[in-house]
Amino acid sequence: MIKLFKIALRNLIRFKRRTLLTTSLIAIGVLFVMVFIAASSSFNNIIIGQITDSMLGHIQVHKRGYMASIDSLPLTLNLSEKGWKKFQSIAEKIPEIESISPRIKFGGMFSNYMDSTNIRINGVYPDMEIATIPLLLARVKGGEKTIKKGEILIPELLATGLKVKAGDSVVVIATNKDGSVNGKQFRVSGIIESVTGPGGRDGYIHIEDAKDILRMEELEVSEVAIRINDFSKLNKINDQLTKNLSESKNKKGKPIFDIRTWEKLSPFYNISKMIDIMTIFIKLMLIAIVLVSIMNVMIMAVYERIREIGTISAIGTMPEKILVLFLIEGFSLGVIGVIIGNILAGISIFLMNLIKITFNFSRQTGYVLSPELKIGDIIFVSVVVIVMSVFATLQPAIKAAKMEPVDALRHV
Amino acid sequence: MNLISAVDINKIYQSGEIEVPALRSVNFEIEAGSFISFIGPSGSGKTTLLNLIGCLDKPTSGKLKVAGVITSDLSRREAASFRGENLGFIFQDFNLIPVLTVYENVEYPLLLVQNLPYKERKDRVHSLLEKVGMKDQMNKYPDQISGGQKQRVAVARALVSKPRLVLADEPTANLDSKTAFMVIDIMRQMRDDYGVTFIFSTHDPKIVSEVEILFTLEDGMLVNTSKGKGGRND
Repeated sequence: MIKLFKIALRNLIRFKRRTLLTTSLIAIGVLFVMVFIAASSSFNNIIIGQITDSMLGHIQVHKRGYMASIDSLPLTLNLSEKGWKKFQSIAEKIPEIESISPRIKFGGMFSNYMDSTNIRINGVYPDMEIATIPLLLARVKGGEKTIKKGEILIPELLATGLKVKAGDSVVVIATNKDGSVNGKQFRVSGIIESVTGPGGRDGYIHIEDAKDILRMEELEVSEVAIRINDFSKLNKINDQLTKNLSESKNKKGKPIFDIRTWEKLSPFYNISKMIDIMTIFIKLMLIAIVLVSIMNVMIMAVYERIREIGTISAIGTMPEKILVLFLIEGFSLGVIGVIIGNILAGISIFLMNLIKITFNFSRQTGYVLSPELKIGDIIFVSVVVIVMSVFATLQPAIKAAKMEPVDALRHV
Repeated sequence: MNLISAVDINKIYQSGEIEVPALRSVNFEIEAGSFISFIGPSGSGKTTLLNLIGCLDKPTSGKLKVAGVITSDLSRREAASFRGENLGFIFQDFNLIPVLTVYENVEYPLLLVQNLPYKERKDRVHSLLEKVGMKDQMNKYPDQISGGQKQRVAVARALVSKPRLVLADEPTANLDSKTAFMVIDIMRQMRDDYGVTFIFSTHDPKIVSEVEILFTLEDGMLVNTSKGKGGRND
């Protein structure tokens, strides 16, 4: 086998220019694919991280039926205190759940005493919310990065529109589920930056203040945001939570809870899926490059060496050895291309990190792309390219192995 | 003892719808250890006959027995195995593998056909390269040596697997007279040393003058068998 490798490699060296062109083509293909995967993966991770860590959480739980009417933020579809406690006890038994944060969500009127407008508000327990949404306070651009009782964080668009700044007094008026209207005065503690997606333009108050405005005697929860300790296990944990919560049923025998991952809550998931599809197409293009270039070069190699094939066949070389000899050549082309491509990709990604490429997404600016080569991607792309190299060599190699020595020796 | 016996051998090539007879009712016997040649003009069927003896092709009809085996019945794999064990080939254009050195070219049949261990391969290759006078050139590639040297390497490669029969198709056609005689001398010496049967197809008078038996072919028929001027050196 070593000798076959030696012969194959020497044949590749023998046709230096052709080998160089083919391996360069494969290497460039691998380079582009690896850089694209690393960059798109970094983009995805940054945006998903932003969405989940600054607003949504990894998973959200609502009372069944709430999501269908979420635009009106129906207070009648909140989880009761009993339902919330039931949920708490189930969530506590799943060690992968890092933190949970109950929210009371409601719509109301916001006034600075001169103008008024609509506002959507989240009433939260600050400690629980910050543990679940760690980037929430990073969104606070003006004022204090806190959510205290009697204070409100207002979205920046509203602050700009109504010319409200940190420290101002404002009033929030809301209708509770019984239809009675109540209002409460707040001090604006800070201005919170808007982010893309549901809830990205909501204000924040303390949950006790929300209970006051809505005249709740006991806690009623509109939604629960959940943070898990390993994002790669999102679907597994979601399945487990769904399974555990599915046992809780209402009087009609239907499940109480509606559990959704961020993917079902954020429109960015569709962009993320689009990027994944583009990645698949890029990989398919690489496969096409490898197939066409290797098949082309190996067909030429067989054609140019017909007499040589006839000679080794005449002196007794078995057809399968001739087959293997050519397969090794294709395999070697793939391996060399993959090695060079991965090295170039490593260098390119290192340089990209060095020059710090920034990008904007929606209203957010200055995200720094931090692509990295993942061992899984390297292995996957390398194996695909090498397997495709061997596959592309198969047809010319079979042709060589099946060649009749008498015809091959006669070839001019 | 007969090494080869051919009974009523016919070979017909199909050219479109036209049948082209290359050999017609050829009968002959060749003893082991012979130094013989098939001669005749171009198109007389010399190379076709050599291809049949060398299991590179099959007769259309007739029975061909080589080293006790009816070769016309062999499958493709069996024929390859038979060639690797029993036959050596020398080609007009030398047909050395360009990416292998002289040593590696000679070693090739032992390594990739007979799978012999390193020590035995090394001993046999060194011994034969010494006998053909190419030991000092053994690390050179085919494009670094002359035509005569290439054919000497080809002779060594044909003999290294200890075949019972060496088939040489126009082995001196691309060599000058001096080199051609040298190569023939080497081959005859090998025949004498190892008892290998040599069969040539040629119309080169240099070979014709050196062989022991001449089979003359014309239009695919064996028209004459005669003794040549060559003889054993012993």
